[in-house]
Amino acid sequence: MKFLCLECDKAMDFAERQLPGDGTLVAVFKCPGCAREMAMLTNPMETQLVSSLGVKIGGREVPAQPMELVRGSLEGGREDVFQEPDHPLSEDVPVAGTTSPAGAGPVVWTPEAVDRLSRVPKFVRGMVKRIYGEWAREHGVGEMTPELMDRARTELGMEGM
Amino acid sequence: MRKVRTYNEVQHSTGSQLLEQVLELQDRLAARLSSIGTVVAIASGKGGVGKSAVTANLAAALAMRGRSVGAVDADLNGPSLGRMLGVSGMSLSDGPDGVGPPQGVQGVRVMSMELLQEAEDAPLGWRAPDFGKFTWRSTLETGVLREFLADVVWGELDFLLIDVPPGTDKIERLLELIPDLDQALLVTTPSEATRFVVSKSLRLVQEAGVGVVGLVANMTEHECPQCGHRSSLFESGGAERLAAESGVPLWASIPFDPRLGASTDLGEPLVIKEPEAPASRAILALADRVDAAAKAGADTE
Repeated sequence: MKFLCLECDKAMDFAERQLPGDGTLVAVFKCPGCAREMAMLTNPMETQLVSSLGVKIGGREVPAQPMELVRGSLEGGREDVFQEPDHPLSEDVPVAGTTSPAGAGPVVWTPEAVDRLSRVPKFVRGMVKRIYGEWAREHGVGEMTPELMDRARTELGMEGM
Repeated sequence: MRKVRTYNEVQHSTGSQLLEQVLELQDRLAARLSSIGTVVAIASGKGGVGKSAVTANLAAALAMRGRSVGAVDADLNGPSLGRMLGVSGMSLSDGPDGVGPPQGVQGVRVMSMELLQEAEDAPLGWRAPDFGKFTWRSTLETGVLREFLADVVWGELDFLLIDVPPGTDKIERLLELIPDLDQALLVTTPSEATRFVVSKSLRLVQEAGVGVVGLVANMTEHECPQCGHRSSLFESGGAERLAAESGVPLWASIPFDPRLGASTDLGEPLVIKEPEAPASRAILALADRVDAAAKAGADTE
């Protein structure tokens, strides 16, 4: 899909994506000639059609996680199916006080963030944890807090998780 | 009317990166399959011909021959391969590189939707808007099948078997994901109605240029366990006729044996439980043909 600015006869550039959380999507495009902006608004069915491809309009902030599509979409997923034998939750998300330099090592999670994460259904928890971790490293965040989880969730369009 | 440039006339990329992401996912699949010697689709087009039982027994038979084997249940809506290969209720190990599959009978690595669903009797459902399901459901399920293939840490395998659900569109869907499929086994029965449907699937895989295609006739005849008398379950010899008309070899004729389904349904493929049963012998011979064709293909590469 491309958007053409008829005034300038130039293809518009993708500028911004917003996911309000109601299943709709906003994608903003900008003309490189006259700087005019336009927003493409999709209804939930159209949004679902795009996400069913396993892609995100505007690109990904973090790489696609293994089985992301099925984990994010399946209704009635088995709670205990995904096991993390080498990284149980308590060891994988050390609490504050052992901070490593931002972007250099494992992301440290505060007890509040660990508590929040433990409430995520197990079916998707491992994947969600990795996505937050990747986002934190991308943004140079060394310590994950519930507030940062909120920010990441909004930026990554993970309202459904 | 003014002339507006068309999509193909506008060369500039918008930067929304959808195509790039689709290609990246395809690359990921190709990379995962690169560690697998031979990918085999077991399909038919027709339902109820015993594809899953043949797949489970063939997987076990190849493993009994010392081959490393994986099996994917591509039937997301009616999965059965998991229980046939004895992995029901097992877990998947979750890692950053992918999901580790459970190992069933003879060490066969298995991926099936059955493993992921909580309720045994729940129809497959997606967390998505109800309205307009027809627009996205097939796309989503193709994406999930891609994940079953690409996001499972199969490791080095000699064979990856894919149990394809009924419908020629499902074969087409698989060929979209794996255009260079190594082998296709088309399961048929002697019935004329089955021959009619399987002939469509046969044409599809031939036109797609699948390297090796073989026919497998299932439920060909019944041997009385008391007196040994053999009788046909179907009037017509549809499988033989399909082979003769198409020039595609009939790789196996598997006699009807109620134990094949009964035993396999309980997670114990008949080739393991009763390797001397006529149906088992036919499937073990089929495994040898599949193995030989794979070896021949490897030798010519």
